[in-house]
Amino acid sequence: MADTQLTTALAAAKAEGRAALIGYLPAGFPTVDGGIAAINALIEGGCDVVEVGLPHSDPVLDGAVIQTADDIALRGGVKIKDVLRTVAEVAAAHPATPVLVMTYWNPVDRYGVARFAADLAAAGGAGCILPDLPVEESAEWRKAAEEHGLDTVFVVAPSSKDARLAEVTAAGSGFVYAAAVMGVTGTRSAVGNLAEDLVARTRAATPLPVCVGLGVSNAEQAAEVAAFADGVIVGSAFVKRLLEAADPEAGLTAVRELAADLAAGVRRR
Amino acid sequence: MSELNVPGTQVPDARGYFGAYGGRFIPEALVAAVEQVAEEYEKAKADPSFAAELDTLLKDYTGRPSPLTDVHRFSAEAGGARVLLKREDLNHTGSHKINNVLGQALLTRRMGKTRIIAETGAGQHGVATATACALFGLDCTVYMGEVDTKRQALNVARMRMLGAEVIPVTSGSRTLKDAINEAFRDWVANVDSTHYLFGTVAGPHPFPMMVRDFHRVIGVEARRQVLERTGRLPDAVVACVGGGSNAMGIFHEFIPDAGVRLVGFEAAGDGADTPRHAATLTKGDPGVLHGSRTYVLQDEDGQTIESHSISAGLDYPGVGPEHAWLKDTGRAEYRPVTDRAAMEALRLLSRTEGIIPAIESAHALAGALELGRELGPEATILVSLSGRGDKDMHTAAEYFGLYDDAEGTN
Repeated sequence: MADTQLTTALAAAKAEGRAALIGYLPAGFPTVDGGIAAINALIEGGCDVVEVGLPHSDPVLDGAVIQTADDIALRGGVKIKDVLRTVAEVAAAHPATPVLVMTYWNPVDRYGVARFAADLAAAGGAGCILPDLPVEESAEWRKAAEEHGLDTVFVVAPSSKDARLAEVTAAGSGFVYAAAVMGVTGTRSAVGNLAEDLVARTRAATPLPVCVGLGVSNAEQAAEVAAFADGVIVGSAFVKRLLEAADPEAGLTAVRELAADLAAGVRRR
Repeated sequence: MSELNVPGTQVPDARGYFGAYGGRFIPEALVAAVEQVAEEYEKAKADPSFAAELDTLLKDYTGRPSPLTDVHRFSAEAGGARVLLKREDLNHTGSHKINNVLGQALLTRRMGKTRIIAETGAGQHGVATATACALFGLDCTVYMGEVDTKRQALNVARMRMLGAEVIPVTSGSRTLKDAINEAFRDWVANVDSTHYLFGTVAGPHPFPMMVRDFHRVIGVEARRQVLERTGRLPDAVVACVGGGSNAMGIFHEFIPDAGVRLVGFEAAGDGADTPRHAATLTKGDPGVLHGSRTYVLQDEDGQTIESHSISAGLDYPGVGPEHAWLKDTGRAEYRPVTDRAAMEALRLLSRTEGIIPAIESAHALAGALELGRELGPEATILVSLSGRGDKDMHTAAEYFGLYDDAEGTN
């Protein structure tokens, strides 16, 4: 397995004896430039990796918070080219921080699989998470991603059986996204005990780092997950801070502070 | 009667593809559940007791076989072509939807699941699902776009009377597409206890195949009935197409009959060349929506475009993948029918035959009028009358001004 920007960043966190912090925000939310500033704020606050969401008309795996943000972004007219510009500007401002795109499959399919991989790589993107593209349907994407040096992060779920974990993780690179709960994105009061078991089973299937997402919203939960996972993924909690902010400047401050809190959480012993 | 095992059927392939369409585009969290449905369905197909139980239900509960009705006065308006209606409107619950629902309800019981969720547009699938859940003692939750809960309020009341929980969906276009999104969200979170009783021939494999198989009975009966009645096969078989379940049901048995034209009529709303329509096969492009590759109304960025139709059941920007395949292979053709043409056909059938059709089915009737005028008096046209119009009386009354002190909008 060749080192990529993504594996290097995760290895650096590991070398510090801690889990990595991975932050998500959709592009174009609340505006394209506002979204770029917000994602930069995540990195300034302490995120080791960021995921840029490609807003979609039918976000079937997202809860109300990210649906609302996607809606705002789409009504604002965000296009794939704006998502790619977001990646490019964030990557240029923070060359050491891997920038992933998280997207439903149809926009990539429509844009053109090879073209999307080429344009994402040219923008400085590190890879993709494609939550509704199962391994069985992913051959064309993986070929394009490999050609352009992009990682493909697959999601595993508590319902994934061990044989399935082996199959999915063998196709992926960068890290494995372990869904902490059965459900859609959104903050939850407790992360639950499914995640730790899933991480253990996933580790038995692959040498890839295993990062946990879905439901993590504060430093306590981040610390709890960091104790058994290689990375902690936070999305809805950041989106919520932006939705609740009185003005864009307050929003940036709020997400920067939350990132700093979470960064402290993953460093807690 | 149900005849789920179809010798010689080549599609879909093992991965659920009808040519380039179909497949399984689902989140990892649903992979195990969808595989379980596929495996259980294969086992059920091989189990004679499953077919026997389904047949008994179709006969004694649904009232199958549904009749075939000659509509002479209506035919006079269809260029004199002989029009035969396959009366799915006379099934228990008022539409074809019960065929699939009973099959999947039996499957749910086999899988040991205790809760069913469903999406519904016009409410016909929701009512059928609520009915089967009452019959089988299963918990039932139905997602329905808020726009549709208003235009099909009678069906909301029916579902609640049957003990189902109806959840109005307020995201997106607040219609069928968004009801499906919400049902998928529920399924991901509750997959251990819950079966998603998908209501059309779309979604991830095996749903397009399985739902088609449960509706094949429409075409199997109709083909036999037409032969008995007329001594020959029809020249054309027509049906409305939203997701396309009643159309696949009536088309499927006729696919090998090369001389029989298969014509699907899509909802064109204000017109297929206006921005307000639901004519997915006419105006859409291949893409992925709700778990399968098919035609989708979408923009250049792969964002779904909101559909529009006076008919809640056809107001959907996707379509079943087998229809996409039938279109591309040329075995079936698909044409648009406007709101206006459908409503006029609804009134015509009501006044010439004493049969009030669902607005969905009225699209097929408008298509039969068009096709009859093209084919002439020697032709026989078999129409899937997929549902009855009771649920649509509010929409029709407003459209035609049937309430006292009210003027129609048309």
